[in-house]
Order: sequence, then C-alpha cells, then structure tokens
Amino acid sequence: MADLLRVDIVGSDAVKWRGTASSVVAPTVEGEIGLLAGHEPILSLLRAGSVKVTPSSGDAQEFAIAGGFISFDHDVVTVVVDPVTEPA
Amino acid sequence: MGGQQRVYRQRIRSTQSLKKIFRAMELIAASRIGKARLRVASATPYALTITRAISAVATHSIVDHPLTSERTDTNRAAILVVSADRGMAGAYSANVIRESERLRERLIADGKEIVQFASGRRAVAYFKFRHRPLEREWTGGSDSPEHDRAREIARTLLDACLASVEDGGVAELHVVFTFFHSMVNQETRVIRLLPLEIVEGVAEPGTGPEPLYDFEPSAEEVLDDLLPRYIEARIHSVLLQCSASELAARQRAMNTAVTNAEDIVRKYTRLANSARQAEITQEISEIVSGADALETAS
Repeated sequence: MADLLRVDIVGSDAVKWRGTASSVVAPTVEGEIGLLAGHEPILSLLRAGSVKVTPSSGDAQEFAIAGGFISFDHDVVTVVVDPVTEPA
Repeated sequence: MGGQQRVYRQRIRSTQSLKKIFRAMELIAASRIGKARLRVASATPYALTITRAISAVATHSIVDHPLTSERTDTNRAAILVVSADRGMAGAYSANVIRESERLRERLIADGKEIVQFASGRRAVAYFKFRHRPLEREWTGGSDSPEHDRAREIARTLLDACLASVEDGGVAELHVVFTFFHSMVNQETRVIRLLPLEIVEGVAEPGTGPEPLYDFEPSAEEVLDDLLPRYIEARIHSVLLQCSASELAARQRAMNTAVTNAEDIVRKYTRLANSARQAEITQEISEIVSGADALETAS
C-alpha cells in the first residue's frame, strides 16, 4: 500500500492534526470504520470514542472525541471532531 | 495667575489625563487584536470543512430538509444584530445598527414580520431605549466570544427556525455583522443564514462521473447533524469576525482620540501662553502709567 491519505483532523477552534497517513480508524455511529487509500467516498457521523491515525512516518496518533463526522473523498480524509470536555 | 490662565491650565491637565486613558485603550485593543485575528484564522478550517461536507450532501443526494427549504406557512423573519458591548469604537456599533434598521425596513416592505435578536450591550440598549421588543439578547464578552456563546445563539435561532407557527417559528434568519477584511478595513454585512441559499466553497465538479457517496447512517441523518453544526460554525465565525472588527475599530478610534487630545493640548497651551503674555503686558502698562501719574502729580 504505497498510497497515502491526506488527513485533516479539525476541531471547532483549531486544526488538531494535519498530515499524511496510511490509515485512519474512526468510530462511526454504525461501528468502527477503517479507511485506507482508495476507499469509496463516504460521509459518516461519529460517536464518542477515539480516532486512530497511523501516520506515514512516526508513531500512531489517537484522538479522543465526543462526536463529529468524517468525510472521505479522493484519498482526502477530513475528520471534524467535537472537543472532549476536559478532563478527557 | 489670572483666572483666564487658570481655566486654560485646568483644561490642559484634564485633556492630558484623558489622552493617557485613550492611549491605554488603544494599546489594549492593539494587544488583543492579534489574538482575535488568530482565533478568526483558527476557526476557519472548521467552518470550511463543514461547508464542504454540506455541499457534498447537497450535490450527492436529494434531501429535503426543513432548514434548506423555504417556509411558506409564516412570514416572520428573524434578524440577529451583532454589536459591541462597549462604545469607544467609533461608529462600529452605530454602523451595524443602522444596517440592521435598513434591513428591517426592507423586510417590512416585503410584508415580513420582524423578530429581533441582539448580541452586544450597545444593540440591546438601542432597542430597549426605543421600546422595541427583543426576542432574545446576549450581552458580555463581545471582544472575546466563547464557543459556548455561539452554541447558545445557534441553538436559539435554530429552535426559532424549526418551531411551529403557533410557537413563533420564523421563516428566515438574517445576521447583521461586521466582516473583518484587515486592520484598516471592516465592512458591515448582512447574510441570510437560513434557509440556506448558496453553499459557498462548493467543490468544483470533478471530471468524469461523480463518485457515489456513501452516507452513514443516511443522507437525512447526516444532514440533520451537519446543519446545526454549520449554523453554529457560522455564528461562531461571525462572533469572532465581530470581535476582531470591534477591536480594530476601537484601536482606530482611540488613536484618533489621542491625536485630537494632542491638538487640544496644543491649542490650549497657546491660549494659556497668550493669556499670560496679555496679563504681563497689562501689568507693565499699569505700572508705567501709575509711575507716570505719580511723576506728573509731584
């Protein structure tokens, strides 16, 4: 799998993470979804849980979320997350 | 020291202390504006992403959502005015209020009934003074709006838009605010937030067949979730724009005030000097003429 995803994880007041990744796993309302390059376009709501990103370089990242949605189109992944109320 | 001189000196002193206050306010506004601009910039990706997602739903599915279709059962229209909490920002609040009054007249001419919402103490005071009913008002924190405030406003407005006619539902929602172009250029704008008319930043239609979008759980439910988010993001960005504009306007107004204060100090210093000179001249002529009189008498 040489193809990479362009990932934006966006919170309401800041971009949480931005970069390229080989895979993204997110908790949608219908169950966990794993996204690799070449996935069909999807727009899905998320439930509380954590979004896991495996970057093209470096360690896997994990983001706790309270909700939000994920969109996937042409290998561009955008995750809009609701901030987890502190303390997470 | 003569009376005239004393009056001038007093004016100079009071203007000088006012000038210090103006200068301090200018500096405060200047120091806050950087942060306000940063907040505008950092809230933009979120709004943009949601807008894109909504346009994706709109282009890839046929969903009839109450928030996207025109309501015909009521002719009530809501106006939200976003102004400042404090003055000392030149014509900032006055401009927004004037624009909203213009919009109101236009809507009334179209046979609409107005439901007024106001944010910021200045706007609230304006409507209160004129005994005009405010459906809901928000005051405080206009120069550093919190996200909770945006959420609260968005909720209230959405509820108004979704409410039935008997409960005072509204068909349209307009927002009057100040768009922050740059430090020297802010523009009063009116946008119609609901029903959604145009979706900005629509992804350019791709070449070839459109990909088939998969919506989970369903296009309707996705839209149900997205639209309130969209409104919230828009309101939030409006509030942030307004805070940046307010601070920029305040900085400019205070800068002008400092310059004016300096002018006044200069003017009064001149007047005080000439009053002093006039007094001296008068004293000399009194002495001279007194001495003359003594000489001729003896």
